[in-house]
Amino acid sequence: MESRLALTVDGEEHTIEVDTRTTLLDALRDRIGATAPKKGCDHGQCGSCTVIEDGRRVTTCLSLAVAHDGASIVTASGLSDGDLGLHPMQQAFIEQDAFQCGYCTPGQICSAIGMLAEIADGSPSFVTEDLADPPTLTDAEIRERLSGNLCRCGAYVNILAAVRQATQHSDKGAA
Amino acid sequence: MRPFDYERATDAADAVARAASRPEAVFLAGGTNLVDHLKLGLVEPELLVDISHLPLAAIEQEPDGTLDIGANVRNADLAAHPAVRRSHPLLSRALLSGASGQLRNLATTGGNLLQRTRCVYFQDVTTPCNKRSPGSGCSALGGHTEQHAIFGASQQCIAVHPSDMAVALAALDAQVSLLGPEGVTSMPVTELHRLPGDSPERDTVLDRGQLITGVRIPPPPAGARHTYRKVRERSSFAFALISLAAEMVVEDGVIASARLALGGVAHKPWRARRAEEVLHGAPAITETFTAAAKAELEQARPLEGNAFKVPMARAMIVAALKELAVETT
Ligand SMILES: Cc1cc2nc3c(=O)[nH]c(=O)nc-3n(C[C@H](O)[C@H](O)[C@H](O)COP(=O)(O)OP(=O)(O)OC[C@H]3O[C@@H](n4cnc5c(N)ncnc54)[C@H](O)[C@@H]3O)c2cc1C
Ligand code: SF4
Ligand code: FES
Ligand code: FES
Repeated sequence: MESRLALTVDGEEHTIEVDTRTTLLDALRDRIGATAPKKGCDHGQCGSCTVIEDGRRVTTCLSLAVAHDGASIVTASGLSDGDLGLHPMQQAFIEQDAFQCGYCTPGQICSAIGMLAEIADGSPSFVTEDLADPPTLTDAEIRERLSGNLCRCGAYVNILAAVRQATQHSDKGAA
Repeated sequence: MRPFDYERATDAADAVARAASRPEAVFLAGGTNLVDHLKLGLVEPELLVDISHLPLAAIEQEPDGTLDIGANVRNADLAAHPAVRRSHPLLSRALLSGASGQLRNLATTGGNLLQRTRCVYFQDVTTPCNKRSPGSGCSALGGHTEQHAIFGASQQCIAVHPSDMAVALAALDAQVSLLGPEGVTSMPVTELHRLPGDSPERDTVLDRGQLITGVRIPPPPAGARHTYRKVRERSSFAFALISLAAEMVVEDGVIASARLALGGVAHKPWRARRAEEVLHGAPAITETFTAAAKAELEQARPLEGNAFKVPMARAMIVAALKELAVETT
């Protein structure tokens, strides 16, 4: 069955017709040409397909595109605002050498930005000591909150450093 | 993947009516389990009724303290809700121990309860599995059983229910609210999932087309302390080998009440009633905790591959109860 849907991707509106079986990830990559989100596992297990949908970080490989009709999506490509240069998280990944092959990177960056927004909202994590208190940004918190993003190159140490650096620029705002 | 029709339901009654209209209709919520299963070819529905946009996404606290949680409340939002963190921190902790941040932003309360087993044979269409295709046999029996049940399994199926959230809800005596073709009903979470018996293809007692509309959690007893513990193969983003949700009230050194549920040990969240019986009214000392764990684990029927779960569960119960017995000032 074909279905028509509208998606705003990195600020641009798209109307596409897709088979109902199409995942959001495949619609983004193959139909809209937004190839920043990557297909790593296609089963929710690696995080490389992470984007920011209506302000929240989500994987896109276990979502059906039709169910996300009307959504507004920011991929890693849509984070930098041309003239202003790279998003602080992107800049930090470069400065801290936080990737090797780069395959997981767009997902890591979207996830990290979404994660910092969750901390700013006061959302706890499994390692938050006291759930009654707002969380603080320890290394343990960052690691736990980014555990949904795997890196086969093992760039974790520098990813942590990049996220730390980006938090110092958080006044520039998130996505 | 077999082609299917997709319909977006407009309200709960509409969702139930649409699901009833076709024999092979299923509800779609966050999709994090169902879409995986569509890809793996484990299910081949002809109609997906999308319930993820229904207005069942509120958390309300009633005057007596009961929490009313809509089926579409996302796992991330339930875990972060101030009333849940205040009254039922073990539920927050259970949710936060599950999946990843990105998945918890999609996964719903209803979908989490009805997620299916992670038994590797169930997820692999090339191997026999009585749950996936009744009568074909159980590949886990005689295969890898590390992840499998020590309580209540049958010769047909030894799978476990994988949800962390459901374990906390079972300990908290939560009720599931349902809407079906026959109308509105409710039941305790502890009665939602069933043991495999001779029909492992049925995870729950729900009739086809019954919609979970929400979950209600009664207020905790005064002075309750809680914990949620989870043992897994890596420290984050992994399913439980064993988990434990526990709540206890100690007054003047005596256990006034205790509620315990184990995860990763059975086809359903395992409410540890025998342990609770030992605890009620007994002194809050290590000997009591050990006796409680022993009473529960006497019913365990481990296999070669998962025998480690028995001492692990025993140690976990004792350690958790010791933690809860420490008087707060
Ligand atoms: C990589 C990965 C790791 C994970 N790790 C964990 C973990 O550690 N712990 C854990 O507990 N979970 C874990 N999960 C599972 C996750 O919690 C579930 O996939 C999720 O909760 C399912 O919710 P959903 O809304 O996406 O459900 P869906 O996938 O949309 O639906 C699941 C099932 O429930 C049915 N359904 C959904 N809502 C309703 C309703 N309201 N009424 C009736 N039927 C309904 C659907 O028809 C379907 O059969 C993991 C998942 C992945 C992919
Ligand atoms: S344990 Fe159950 S789910 Fe796993 S292979 Fe056996 S029958 Fe299938
Ligand atoms: S491709 Fe989506 S999580 Fe791996
Ligand atoms: S940089 Fe290669 S997978 Fe992460």
